[in-house]
Amino acid sequence: MFKSFVLPGKEHPVKFDEEIAYTETSKDTPPVDGLVQPAPGRLHRLHGTTTLGFVFQHGVLIAVDSRSTMGQYISSQTVKKVIEITPRLLGTMAGGAADCDYWERRLARRVRLRELESKEEVTVAAASRMLANMLYYYKGMGLSVGTMVAGFDASGPHLYYVDNDGVRYHNDRFSVGSGSTYAYAILDQEYRYDLSVEEAVTLGRRAIYHATHRDAMSGGFINVYLMTEDGWQRYPTKDCYVEHYGEEEPFLE
Amino acid sequence: MSNPFTLNGGTVLSMKGKNCVVILCDTRLGSQYETVSTSFPKIFKMNPRVFFGLAGLASDVITLHHKLRFHVNLFQLKQERSMPPHVFSKLVSTTLYEKRFGSFFAQPIIAGLHDDGSPFISSMDSIGATTEPEDFVVAGTGADYVTGACEKYWEKDMEPRQLLKVADKCLQAGVNRDAFSGWGGVAYLITPEGVEKFDLKMRQD
Repeated sequence: MFKSFVLPGKEHPVKFDEEIAYTETSKDTPPVDGLVQPAPGRLHRLHGTTTLGFVFQHGVLIAVDSRSTMGQYISSQTVKKVIEITPRLLGTMAGGAADCDYWERRLARRVRLRELESKEEVTVAAASRMLANMLYYYKGMGLSVGTMVAGFDASGPHLYYVDNDGVRYHNDRFSVGSGSTYAYAILDQEYRYDLSVEEAVTLGRRAIYHATHRDAMSGGFINVYLMTEDGWQRYPTKDCYVEHYGEEEPFLE
Repeated sequence: MSNPFTLNGGTVLSMKGKNCVVILCDTRLGSQYETVSTSFPKIFKMNPRVFFGLAGLASDVITLHHKLRFHVNLFQLKQERSMPPHVFSKLVSTTLYEKRFGSFFAQPIIAGLHDDGSPFISSMDSIGATTEPEDFVVAGTGADYVTGACEKYWEKDMEPRQLLKVADKCLQAGVNRDAFSGWGGVAYLITPEGVEKFDLKMRQD
C-alpha cells in the first residue's frame, strides 16, 4: 500500500519542486529573498477559479465555474470543480487541480473506510477536520488547496472552508478563488437564510456569472449542486454565454 | 511592474481578400486578471482607406494613435491627398524606431486599400521591424492562438463576406483561449465601395 511521497534527493526538496514547477516558462519573475515567486509554470494548473457555497433553509448550495488556466492560457473550459466525496458530502476545487483532486479523493477513501468500520455516518465536522489535518501535515511543502466541504449530517447542513495552511472555518457562506471577491459582492448583497430552492440556485449562478465576467481566470460553464437531507443533487450545467445572452452560443460555420 | 505588453491585454487581426481587407480587434481592457472595461477598441481609422490596429499597453496605444493622427492630418493638409497605406506603414515604422532605446510597449498592424483597389496589410514589432505578408497579420496577447486558426482557415482571394466570416471565426477561436483578450470585438470590412463596421458578439467570460 501507498506509504508516503518520495521526496527529491536535494537539500531543500520544497525549493526544488518550486523551481521545476515555476521557472521553466516564467524566467521574467525573479526570486525574492532567494524564494522562487509563484508564476504560471508548466506543472501547476487551475490557479484561477471562482467557487461559492452557502447554507440556507433547505440545505447547502454549491456553485462553481469550470475554467482552468496555465498563466494566460486557458487550458480548459470544462473542468469539474465539485468533487463528490460521499452521497452526503461534497468538496470544491480551487488552487492546484492535482492537489485538490488527490487530497479530496483521499479524504473520500478515509471517510468511507471509517463509516464501514464504525457503521455510523461521518459528520461534516469530522470529514473537514480529517482534510485539514492531512493538509496541515504537509504545510509549507507547496500544496495549493482552497476547498469548501459541504454536507448534511444528523445535526443538519454544514459548510466548512479548508485550505493548505491547515485552516478550517465553519460559516453560513464562503467563496474561494481568484474571482471570490466578485462573487462575494453579489452573495453578501442577496443572501438570506430563508431563500427558496429556486432563488438559491439563481443566486449561486448569478454570483458565479458576475465573477466570470470580471475575472479573466474564471469562466466556461456554471455547475450547481444542492445538498439536502436526501443527499446532493446536481442542477443543469449552464454556459456563461447563455447566462449572459439568454441564448446558445452559435457555432460559427 | 509586470510585463507591459500583457498588462492590459488585447488582440488584433487583419486578413487580405480579393480586392478587400478586414481588420478586427477585441474590446477588453484589463489590469492583469481583472477586466476593467469591455469597450476599449484598438482599431483606428486614419483615413477612409487606411486602418490601424494597436495591441499592447493601453496608454501607449492611445499616445501612439494621437502621435500618428497628427502626422497623418499634417500630410493631408500639406499634400491635399490621403496617405496611402504603404506610406502610413513606413510612417509607423520610423515613429517606432525613433524610440529604439525606450520603445512604445505596443505592436501595430496596418490594413488598407491602394488606389487600384489592391489590399495592403503589414505588421511590426514594437521598434518598427515590418513584415508585409500576403495572407494575414496578428498582434497582441492572443496572437499565438489566433495564428494557428488563421493558418488553417485562410484562403487566397476570398470575397468580402466570406473574408469577414473567416476572420471573425479565427479571432474568436484564438481569443477564447486567451485569458487577456475577448469580451467583445469590432471589425472593419474595407472594400473599394466603402467601409463597413461590425460589432462582434462574443463570450463575456
